[in-house]
Amino acid sequence: MNFLAGTWVGEWLVGLGRISAMSRDAVLSLFTFRVAWRDLLYQIYFIGIKSQTVVLVTGGFTGMVLTAQTYFQFHKIKMDTATLAVVGVSMCDELGPVLTALMVAGRVGAAIAAEIGTMRVTEQIDALRTLATHPVDYLVVPRLLASQIALPLLTMESIALGIGSGYLVGTSLLGIDPAYLWYNMLKYTEPIDVVISLTKALIFGGIVALVGCYKGMTCGLGAEGVGKATTEAVVYSSISILISNFFLTLVLQRIALLLA
Amino acid sequence: MIEVRQLKKSFGSQPVLEDVSFRIEAGESVTIIGRSGGGKSVLLKHIIGLLQPDAGEVLIAGENIVTMSERQLLRVREKFGMVFQGAALFDSMTVAENVAFPLERKKKFSPGEIAKRVATALEMVDLPGTQNKKPAELSGGMRKRVGLARAIIYEPQIILYDEPTTGLDPIVSDSIDKLIIRVRDQLNVTSIVVTHDMRSARRVGNHVLMLHEKKIYANCTPEKLFASTDPVVRQFVDGVADD
Repeated sequence: MNFLAGTWVGEWLVGLGRISAMSRDAVLSLFTFRVAWRDLLYQIYFIGIKSQTVVLVTGGFTGMVLTAQTYFQFHKIKMDTATLAVVGVSMCDELGPVLTALMVAGRVGAAIAAEIGTMRVTEQIDALRTLATHPVDYLVVPRLLASQIALPLLTMESIALGIGSGYLVGTSLLGIDPAYLWYNMLKYTEPIDVVISLTKALIFGGIVALVGCYKGMTCGLGAEGVGKATTEAVVYSSISILISNFFLTLVLQRIALLLA
Repeated sequence: MIEVRQLKKSFGSQPVLEDVSFRIEAGESVTIIGRSGGGKSVLLKHIIGLLQPDAGEVLIAGENIVTMSERQLLRVREKFGMVFQGAALFDSMTVAENVAFPLERKKKFSPGEIAKRVATALEMVDLPGTQNKKPAELSGGMRKRVGLARAIIYEPQIILYDEPTTGLDPIVSDSIDKLIIRVRDQLNVTSIVVTHDMRSARRVGNHVLMLHEKKIYANCTPEKLFASTDPVVRQFVDGVADD
């Protein structure tokens, strides 16, 4: 049992070390390597534009259900007009960045791991290396940059749609006074909430791209290896997003309090 | 030009290479033969630094590449071209984009010059006019030719071939052998061909290394190898299975 625990811990530490080394290589490459703009633009299109539907549906319906639930509770204590303020703060601080990142992890993280994993098993990554091209420069850097550009934008869209759809549900379905609903939302949702949201999205974008690339580049051989890498990319990036979100909330809210 | 000293490699508890040493001079054409799973491709990947040995040295033009980082190796790999067993073409790109890839990365050539060089390389491998095809539209033999065009476009000093005729019919295999000889003679490159095709071994190399039981068992000319009376060499050359 101890031996198994040791092996698992050992493997986990090796994995952590490798992904850290890959992240360091990617960051160093950003400063020394001229990014291939065509690759970067394609990745922004793939990660940003192609994720629109899933992110907008998630943001819109999350805003609507959150508005309805908050209203049903607040109505009991006659605080109906504070409903959208709760939705605004929740969407900015937590739900917007986390749900967007989870959706992108499912769609993009899996695709990155599958694409790079297939390249690995068909020796295309070895071919890159023999052509004097570092795989991190060519495969990781454009995806990392694109993910960190696209995710904050997708998150902002998701938040805007969540608040907008919440406003429509509140005013048209639940009968809340539109002026007070909007006024309270603006009063309690502060610019720092938007900054927190963008900071989280930037970090989650990095997690999705790095975990997807790492799992693809270290996947086992054959179709089974690619399948396993794809699943693990989604699972590990989702778990990493949820765990890091907790610590980010503690740190960023503390900073926000200090700045207030 | 290429020197391998006391190379050792194991995968887990399974040793693959033990104390492998040899030297290849510039301009030589060497074939590495041996049984399937005997470590030929592993040895080839050590020569270009795709694998790290457990012990030993690999010297390319006097530089030990074993101690180099991945980034330092990029400079050494500019001397090499490699043709993979499955061609390893980038399947998201066209033939022209695959062949142009090394030149595009160097950013030293204009688009017109790259197109001209791609056309020349494709003509050299007898595939003119295939620029806009995707790798999935090509046969196995054509894919290997495109792989070779990609390997020679930047005029490397050394070309490594990993089982270039495996899985091809005898006629296509013959054309690939002729192509390897033509590239060797026209570009005056050092060639290392991993194969278990005895006809290829006889034709494309002026030197043969035979790997047997994790070691270099024979290091001689093709003529000497094929005339050998050593039972291990004869068994492999004649293709006789163990009883």
